[in-house]
Amino acid sequence: MSPAEDAVRQRSDRNGWLLVTPALVVLALAAILPLLVMLVYSFLAPGDFGNVEWEFSTDGWTSILFQRDIFDGTLSLADAHLTIFWRSLWLSTVTTLLAFVIGFPTAWFIATRPVQQRPIWLFLVTLPFWTNLLIRTFAILEVIRSEGLINSALMGLGVIEEPIQMLYTDGAVLVGMAYVYLPLMVLPLYAAIDRFDMRMLEAAYDLYASRWQALRRIVLPIVKPGIVAGSILVFVPSLGAYVTPRVLGGGKNMMIGNFIELQFGQGRNWPLGAALSMTLLIIVTIALLFYVRAANRPRADHG
Amino acid sequence: MAGEVTISARNVVKAFGQGAGAVRALDDVSVDIRQGEFFTLLGPSGCGKTTLLRLIAGFEMPTEGTILLDGTDISTLPPNRRPVNTVFQSYALFPHLTVAQNIAFGLEMLGKPGAEVKARTAAMLALVKLEAMATRKTSQLSGGQQQRVALARALAPQPKVLLLDEPLSALDLKLRKEMQIELKRLQLETGITFIFVTHDQEEALTMSDRIAVMSAGKIQQVGTAKEIYIHPKNRFVASFIGETNFLTGTAEAGALRLATGDRIDVPGMTPGGTVTVCVRPEQLRLGPAEDGAIKARVRTLVYFGTDTHCHLALSDGTEIVARLQSPASGDAGLAEGQEVGVTFAPGAVQRVED
Repeated sequence: MSPAEDAVRQRSDRNGWLLVTPALVVLALAAILPLLVMLVYSFLAPGDFGNVEWEFSTDGWTSILFQRDIFDGTLSLADAHLTIFWRSLWLSTVTTLLAFVIGFPTAWFIATRPVQQRPIWLFLVTLPFWTNLLIRTFAILEVIRSEGLINSALMGLGVIEEPIQMLYTDGAVLVGMAYVYLPLMVLPLYAAIDRFDMRMLEAAYDLYASRWQALRRIVLPIVKPGIVAGSILVFVPSLGAYVTPRVLGGGKNMMIGNFIELQFGQGRNWPLGAALSMTLLIIVTIALLFYVRAANRPRADHG
Repeated sequence: MAGEVTISARNVVKAFGQGAGAVRALDDVSVDIRQGEFFTLLGPSGCGKTTLLRLIAGFEMPTEGTILLDGTDISTLPPNRRPVNTVFQSYALFPHLTVAQNIAFGLEMLGKPGAEVKARTAAMLALVKLEAMATRKTSQLSGGQQQRVALARALAPQPKVLLLDEPLSALDLKLRKEMQIELKRLQLETGITFIFVTHDQEEALTMSDRIAVMSAGKIQQVGTAKEIYIHPKNRFVASFIGETNFLTGTAEAGALRLATGDRIDVPGMTPGGTVTVCVRPEQLRLGPAEDGAIKARVRTLVYFGTDTHCHLALSDGTEIVARLQSPASGDAGLAEGQEVGVTFAPGAVQRVED
């Protein structure tokens, strides 16, 4: 490379960094700094009225999985915590599956409309995003609560005598989350199906595949990057969901998000809350690494 | 078994759209395709040739009429229940599968036992000379190799009929020539009926046993390459296949009287009405302007190497072209503006319908 080319390259590198500086400053102040605070807090002792005492302690981390007996100080597995973790993982997984099962036909439908109609359908799918999440969640509550729309209607028709308990169940949380995160599944799936060459489908049928075989052997493997992207986009926020399980799940059916909030509020155990937050971050990072690997694989094949 | 009809289209109509806006892509098409022949559907884009192929494959259902396979009506069967396979224009290879997996796909879908799938896939790889590429992804192959995979994939289930939708159009000229020979070899080796769609008349002439020339949703003429070239049925066929000169005049007994007053011998012509004949440029003979020859003036001469195109104007302004074999010197011995007499080789003048 000539000196002149070197100089040009250096200048364009410098300009590139200047352009990205504001974003980096915001990230440092709003993401990395608080994250460091959380990391530090997770290794401190809880204060009596919230906040932290400045003494080193790993209790925040150990109490994620273990609880110390008040009398003899022995450690035992914290069943309540494990239940919350398990419920969070389970609900997020089922939410993702539900969003996929509903989202895939939707995305397929949109991707097979005439080109000029697609923006309308995509707009309709994203429409709920234009309203506040809290309002939408309370609207669901209004529909499914014991004196709500469904129960009133069913009782009015004489189908049931007693209202069905739908609110404050895992099912309610599931429906709420699947609804809230559905667009995040539909959009990447749509993008993948839109790129899918429909002649592949004709080729599969031509080679004696049934509709189901064509879907399983040809369509799903080819649109896999879209499926993985959509699943991650639904799974990650589901895992940390706060509003939906709080409003539709009530106090008993907690997820990690509510549990963390509890530690910073009534629980007055900031180090545990900080350690839980870090744990959530680690789980999400693992999920993202999985996504990056899965998303990069087809590109490596083409190289 | 050669000579028996494999695919028979009977009065097939395919309309797209509804009501007044409907377009008839196929308009009352009937054709019989024989067992083991290389049959070509030839025509310009939009003539309905691909639509006919898609109807035979089962991707479209006919609006009217029926399609028979060995005498059985298959018009409404879905593609996965027809013993017919397609080589797509874009190949449509499965990008997530290897070459061998692509070829094995149809056999697996037919539920063939693993050993048979393996053996047949290996045989197909050998047939198209791609043994070394078996484990490659299709995206790692060249255009010509992808073409071979598409062929092997479609031939593997041993279909009764192989449909080829302009399979060579994406290849460069040299590769196209090679693949033409390759296709012909595969057809002879497998004995499978090939139905080949193309807009390239040269491709059609060199490869086909029989050709159906299509235009505007109708079959204009069916015949061997020679029949179609030498005896084109109408103006469209004559002009689509090769170059030709049209001359219009009044029919007389055994001759055609042009507007210039010149007379052309046309054996079997009966008097009455206006008639068009065609003559291929290579069938024109130029000589001195004397009796019995049509007087013409040389307009331009274009040298093509092997031959020279001589554009001529008759006395009423009608333009015709003569293709003369270039002599060793390259000089055709003609000059622009020169008066010449045009005669035709015996039997070269063909009457055509409009």
